Amino acid sequence: MPGEPLVVGRALTKRFGDFVAVDGIDVEVRPGETFGFLGPNGAGKTSTMRMIGCVSPRSGGDLRVLGMDPATDGPRIRARLGSVPQEDNLDLELSVWDNLMIYGRYFGLPRPVIRERATELLDFFQLAERRDDQVDPLSGGMKRRLTVARGLVNAPDLFLLDEPTTGLDPQARHLLWERLYQLKRRGVTIVLTTHYMDEAEQLCDRLVIMNAGRIVAEGSPRDLIRQHSTREVVELRFLDADEHDRALDRVAGVGERIESLTDRVVIYTHDGDTTVKELAQRGLAAESAYVRRSTLEDVFLRLTGRALEE
Amino acid sequence: MMSIRQRVPGTRRVLERNMLAYRRLWLIFVSGFFEPFLYLLSIGIGVGALVGKIPGPGGKLIDYRDFVAPGLMATAAMNGAIFDTTFMFFIKLKYWKTYDSMLSTPLTNTDVASGEIMWSVLRGGIYAMFFLLVMLLLGLLHSPLAVLALPTALLECWAFAAVGSAASSYMRSYWDFDFINVVLLPSFLFSGTFFPLDRYPGWLEVVVRCTPLYQAVALMRSLVFGHLDVSAAGHVVYLVVMGIVGLSIASRRLGHLLTP
Repeated sequence: MPGEPLVVGRALTKRFGDFVAVDGIDVEVRPGETFGFLGPNGAGKTSTMRMIGCVSPRSGGDLRVLGMDPATDGPRIRARLGSVPQEDNLDLELSVWDNLMIYGRYFGLPRPVIRERATELLDFFQLAERRDDQVDPLSGGMKRRLTVARGLVNAPDLFLLDEPTTGLDPQARHLLWERLYQLKRRGVTIVLTTHYMDEAEQLCDRLVIMNAGRIVAEGSPRDLIRQHSTREVVELRFLDADEHDRALDRVAGVGERIESLTDRVVIYTHDGDTTVKELAQRGLAAESAYVRRSTLEDVFLRLTGRALEE
Repeated sequence: MMSIRQRVPGTRRVLERNMLAYRRLWLIFVSGFFEPFLYLLSIGIGVGALVGKIPGPGGKLIDYRDFVAPGLMATAAMNGAIFDTTFMFFIKLKYWKTYDSMLSTPLTNTDVASGEIMWSVLRGGIYAMFFLLVMLLLGLLHSPLAVLALPTALLECWAFAAVGSAASSYMRSYWDFDFINVVLLPSFLFSGTFFPLDRYPGWLEVVVRCTPLYQAVALMRSLVFGHLDVSAAGHVVYLVVMGIVGLSIASRRLGHLLTP
């Protein structure tokens, strides 16, 4: 049925011994959307992804993926999933081409079909020239792209990516983002985890923010920012801690809300420039005053009291 | 647990992966055969010329090289079976995460375990087949029953591969593999491969009779000489049980380690 959610989790829980990695989350992924789990390391993103990917059994709650139960239909669900793990696990004994071929064979696909898709995927991910090379000498960005390409060999209905760009340099990240964006435009349903707010903002239609195994907010990036933050943000930096502390008294009452972090003072406001002018009128001399748009980072800070990337 | 019929394609796909990998490593594959072959030439034929006749199956006096050859064939099969289920199995499991990537596809941990074990049966079986061929050419086969040495070698490979992969799943680091060598080298030297068990004091003879390699060596020797008795059934049962226990431990351990 069109519109039926591809993933439905209710009170989904994962425990390792006494440790609760995922603490009863509700989650739904709809066809065609790009859905994100945003959160710091240890928030439970990977554990959730592994349950959805049918490689880790749930400890409690209910989960349906593609309308089936991972506990009983794991292989049948996995046949229609694409999976990109947090760490590349390419086959180091095989060439780039053979990595795609054998992975397709694990799905039981006929060789001519895999050959056709592999050729297309290598082009799409700009790896065609390295087709006969061994995997190990490839750069980090290329290995990542190959892992992503491999996950698409079975033309999945649902594509799962666990921290797709962690550890990549900015260029490699942007190339991968651009490719994922194209996949999204082709209508591939994507679920990804990230601790980069810019990644979540650029790629996700909808996301949940996770912290300590729970979902603390849910919505589109724009809605989340509107609900939990202001339009703009002024960041003030000071020469030293004394200046910083003195300034706190003076900025009181400016903007909507003020957050004092160790290295800066953050003022949430609807209009950054007006705020900066107001600060100048009050005679406040910060070493730097930087106006920017509100991001998911601010939402995360607001909701959890801590920064995303530490 | 999936039915056999569903499992077979999964097993075959893991086999396919290894064949693809060994296309580049065929020299390593071939080299595995040479060690027992060289022992046959040096110890069996070379040293054998100095040894004279010794008692074989049923107490009949036989040439030393005839005594050693079946033992070395059992060794060749064992080597082939454990190359890829010990160290390689460990690396794929812990470092390369090869099995993690397989399990993100429709393959299951049982597919992975049985696929790797079947591959090792294939590899050990090929070594055994060539060894048998060499024995035939050197006139070291003395009974038509020797034909059964090949299926026996497959059973032996299966049992050793199953136990090898089960043991490797408990290894914590490279260094732990020294334990495996500590087990393998003495069993190669002392499991009735190079001399008859009556050389041992009584209690030690009992110990050796219980080792896995001895079962295979004794079976091969009685087949090559066409001297089968009830003890053969005992050896077969031993190897079957060993394989079943190994396989069930290996696939349970894989599930435990890979899909926590």
